[in-house]
Amino acid sequence: MRRWLLPVALIAAPALADPSTPPAALANTQLRDPLREAKAQRLMETLRCLVCQGQSIADSDASIAGDMRALVRQRIAAGESPDAIRRWLIARYGEYVTYDPPLNGATWPLWFAPVVFLVVGVAVARLSFRRRAQ
Amino acid sequence: MIAEAGLAALWFAAALAALQLVLAAAAVARGQEALVGGVRPVAILQGGFAAAAMAALIAVFLASDMSVRVVVENSAAAKPWIYKFAGAWGNHEGSMLLWVTILGLAGGAVAILERRLDARTLIATLGAQAALALGFYAFLLFSSNPFDRVSPAPPDGLGLNPLLQDPGLAFHPPTLYVGYVGISVAFSFAVGALVTGQVGPAFAKAMRPWVLAAWIFLTIGITAGSYWAYYELGWGGWWFWDPVENASLMPWLAATALLHSVTVLATRDGLRAWTVMLAVVAFSMSMIGTFLVRSGILTSVHAFAVDPRRGAFILALLALYIGGALALFGARIGTVRAGTTFEPVSREGGLVINNLLLSVILGVVLIGTLYPLVAASFGVQLSVGPPFFNKAAGPIALALVVVMAAGPLIRWRRDDAGQLTGRLTWPIAATCFAAAALVAFGPIPVLPTIGLSLAAGLAVASILPVIRRHPLRTPLFTWGMVVAHLGIAVSLAGMASDSAFTKETLLAVTVGQPARVGPFTVRLDGIKPVIGEGWSALEARLSATRDDDLTVLRPQSRFFSTPPTSTSESAIATFWDGQLYTVLGQPDANGRWQLRLWWKPFVTLIWLGGALVALGGALSLIGRWRRERRARMRDYWA
Repeated sequence: MRRWLLPVALIAAPALADPSTPPAALANTQLRDPLREAKAQRLMETLRCLVCQGQSIADSDASIAGDMRALVRQRIAAGESPDAIRRWLIARYGEYVTYDPPLNGATWPLWFAPVVFLVVGVAVARLSFRRRAQ
Repeated sequence: MIAEAGLAALWFAAALAALQLVLAAAAVARGQEALVGGVRPVAILQGGFAAAAMAALIAVFLASDMSVRVVVENSAAAKPWIYKFAGAWGNHEGSMLLWVTILGLAGGAVAILERRLDARTLIATLGAQAALALGFYAFLLFSSNPFDRVSPAPPDGLGLNPLLQDPGLAFHPPTLYVGYVGISVAFSFAVGALVTGQVGPAFAKAMRPWVLAAWIFLTIGITAGSYWAYYELGWGGWWFWDPVENASLMPWLAATALLHSVTVLATRDGLRAWTVMLAVVAFSMSMIGTFLVRSGILTSVHAFAVDPRRGAFILALLALYIGGALALFGARIGTVRAGTTFEPVSREGGLVINNLLLSVILGVVLIGTLYPLVAASFGVQLSVGPPFFNKAAGPIALALVVVMAAGPLIRWRRDDAGQLTGRLTWPIAATCFAAAALVAFGPIPVLPTIGLSLAAGLAVASILPVIRRHPLRTPLFTWGMVVAHLGIAVSLAGMASDSAFTKETLLAVTVGQPARVGPFTVRLDGIKPVIGEGWSALEARLSATRDDDLTVLRPQSRFFSTPPTSTSESAIATFWDGQLYTVLGQPDANGRWQLRLWWKPFVTLIWLGGALVALGGALSLIGRWRRERRARMRDYWA
């Protein structure tokens, strides 16, 4: 087995030369409890990888995403609720970190827009049925 | 030399576009319809010169001419030829050149093929197409010249982004662009019809095949792009609500609505203003998407060079064309007579609701995509992602599925709600049966349960229009509708199944250690180095067994030298009932290898459904074309 280690090491050099420390185990391994893992997974899918091109931390190779996955899994394993973890991350990194923008002064136009579109749309669509009402 | 020829071709194309615009404007203003004989060849020639410029750019890439700046920045002499060829549009300048080439060719195709439209509207349409092309030629020539030279020429180039070094690059951008930019024809038709006031069934029948053709390519482009992202990004996701994906989805939503409203206009002479508006909106979405992707305000694999001046240029074009078209709409729509109005329970009524729901989804996607940019300009940093889009657009999309099931079973003009419910017996039964089975079989989340149940109902409903009809006597475009609607059901089933039943296993293993994912046992047999063209890799050999059936998968961790980057190449095994998706990660300090394994039941239905939708569009297009040819023959002999 040793025989192929050297060429492997040479070929892998650009990757292995990465100075960052190896990611914590929970960055890339699941929690034992499938219910907690599912909860963690659902949360990770809604958190933004801060250095990536529009990916969640659940689908990114970046090391910060790995760190954040480890953090989410540790806190879920410790029994913390997903909402509390999200709030903690928002306090730390700002609202940029969540793909699920919380409803507040800056986001209410976003969240109410679909309802407004639907109401306006129904009103406009009724115009094409107008003759019926007569 | 080739580069200069290409630049010259681009200037000629721009000059011809200017000529085309002036000729068309003069002809329309003075009512000289005979000038159509002059405008047509100019439009064809303009398309030809644009294509020649594109061919020249491909040639300099194939020749690895390192004195051309975009080649230096985006290619390398040692690349396989397919990536040199496709690399011609794997960069900002080249992709914009492909964009205007398709714009020019689309105008040329209208000039050659369009025979139904009255001469005056056709001239105005070709004028509008020339106006669009002119702006984008100017953008290329003044701010994104693909034929720019560097001196002295470096010995080799910097290489192509490894994520783009995939055969998908040869097909995905051209296919998507034919649809994305092809929809410009609908825009020009709408402008042409607004200028002449000829909005009616004849106009709708003339515009329909163009919309349909662009829509087919857009459907194929989005479906293939989704599969490319799925296997290339290495995390098993197939749609990310990424702004660039949304940029392709928005014109598709608008074009889908347009396809349905144009049918109402063609058949019942209703929805006149609305159809014209949608045609303007569809290509406006393409232009907004181009701005988002090409301006560099988004970071994405699709955004190449970032230069704020380019963004400002496209934004100015956007304001000019969309603003111009809307101003024209406001000024002229009064001259378009109001169309027919309808009974609520009628095919037309169903199509109106289809358009309403598609438009609301389009609005949701548009606001969700633009909101972070708007917020950022107010100093608020926030992200809008899958949770928003799923919550806001998901329920509307499911409502749309219900309308889609019922729509084709409703009669034109007037129908009876009670009889309609009767016709929907089987679809409703299928939906209830699927829902009951899913609830009994094992509780899965609510949204996928609804999705799968409605998919079953829609599948049954979509084939009802051809049941008990002679298959050969049923018009081909009816088959097209049936296949396209069935495709939506198939795709929806795949999406719901993927979200409900996917099994994920992430772990670090030593060689020889087995892992379980869904019904499979996956064992890491070994890791070996492999060398490819421009990359080296570590390749894992994984043996996956299910019920004693052995499948070998070889995922790789690849390292590219120019530019130095690493990517993970997933290995996917496809079975009749789903896909086993495997990715090799990094080794840890203890010599264990990181593996990511997913079992995704029926995930392939997502793209199979997309392909069926496109096939349905193609059948419909052929059906319409054949019927028209037959009608022309009859007129000829009569």
